Amino acid sequence: MMSRSYLPHWMHLLGSPPVFYRFAGTLRPWLFWSALLLAAIGLYGGLVLAPADYQQGDAYRIIFIHVPCAWMSLFAYGCMAVAALVAMVWRVKLAEVIAMECAPVGAAFTLVTLITGSLWGKPMWGAWWTWDARLTSELVLLFLYLGVIGLDHAIEDRRRGARAASLLALVGVVNLPIVHYSVVWWNTLHQGSTVQLLGPSKIAPGMLWPLLTMALATHLYFFASVLNRTRVGLLAVEGGKEWARSIVAENAHA
Amino acid sequence: MNAPNAGAACRALLRREFTLAWRRRGEMLLPLLYAVIVATLFPFALGPDNALLARISGGVLLVTVLLAMLPSLESMFRGDLEDGSLEQLLLSPQPLPLLALVRILAHWSTTALPLVVATPLLALLLRLPSNVLPVLLVALLLATPLLALLGATLSALTAGARRSAILLSLMLLPLAVPVVIFAAGAVAAAQAGLPFLAPLSWLAAALVLALALAPFACAAALRIAIEA
Repeated sequence: MMSRSYLPHWMHLLGSPPVFYRFAGTLRPWLFWSALLLAAIGLYGGLVLAPADYQQGDAYRIIFIHVPCAWMSLFAYGCMAVAALVAMVWRVKLAEVIAMECAPVGAAFTLVTLITGSLWGKPMWGAWWTWDARLTSELVLLFLYLGVIGLDHAIEDRRRGARAASLLALVGVVNLPIVHYSVVWWNTLHQGSTVQLLGPSKIAPGMLWPLLTMALATHLYFFASVLNRTRVGLLAVEGGKEWARSIVAENAHA
Repeated sequence: MNAPNAGAACRALLRREFTLAWRRRGEMLLPLLYAVIVATLFPFALGPDNALLARISGGVLLVTVLLAMLPSLESMFRGDLEDGSLEQLLLSPQPLPLLALVRILAHWSTTALPLVVATPLLALLLRLPSNVLPVLLVALLLATPLLALLGATLSALTAGARRSAILLSLMLLPLAVPVVIFAAGAVAAAQAGLPFLAPLSWLAAALVLALALAPFACAAALRIAIEA
């Protein structure tokens, strides 16, 4: 018997779908409620307590939604890529499900970033959209997410779809920095608008703590949402297994 | 029985692809026709202003060629998957990335190369300045194999999928953005009388990178497509 014990025992246990289902179920309410609490504190701090910006007035306050979502759009892609790598290399069923459930949440964060950004851009720059390097990269990121989701859903067999979409997600990891730098280059060539969203200016501490609180809240919400979706995804993938049947039957009677 | 060497396998695969393409040579004309249609629609939409056409023709031709490549890329592995020849390719003792590369090169020379050859004609229609044409052709010769390599990888991923035509465009868009930026950058620089070597070198670098990496990704994607 081969004894490859470079991973602790609990990680092997957690890789089993029924164990992970129960683990995610117990973790989910804690994550969700603390995300809600932190978001309430962060939004109160950002929208009420934080001082108005000396240049942008109150319009800058959308930053407390926009910036955490922008961070999350990249963080979610990172999580998806790590899960996709695990799924491709070790063929862990759980990692396939997690990678595919990260994609819609990440796409939602990207969409919120784009929408809040254009809402912010209208009063500040006078236009809903400009072909700024960051905006363009974010739009390409959204298309990458949509490609992963679309490929996952287009293939009948769930596990094969998840693996194909995982490979696409990994191709995207190589592509994303290339897109970003080529867009920066393109923009300097075209002498486009060089609007800096935050710029080198220091952010006031009264604005910083609500921003970081919101960032923490969005992270917790992301994990809660992915765990929740993974539970459903596991039930769908393991639909023929005894443990999944018994859970579904229990809920049907309750 | 000793296995034939890799060179013989590549030659056999090339011969098969070219024979198939020649037997269906009517199909080879369809992308060309598509490109001509798109290129002739632009003057109707924008008006017959020669100065305006000359300014935008480089970018329009690039996008036209990119769009004309899409339909043939989409069905690249479909027939092979359905008639089982893809399984034979995977079962052969030769390295799959090498066979995939040969397959992509054959596909490029039967679908994208005619488009590049027809580009001077389209450039004439769109009033592209004649000193820009060589730069556009070099940019296309670097960009089309790059797109074929990327597109073949994605096409292998969608081989077993439903309604994959729109899906392939959606997946190819993020990958095509840098290619279009650098190819159009070279053309725009040549048109403005600026040095255009840097974007062409970037394209060439990207092509070399894709030549080295894309066959492996394509082989992995083909393995996923077949393991249903």
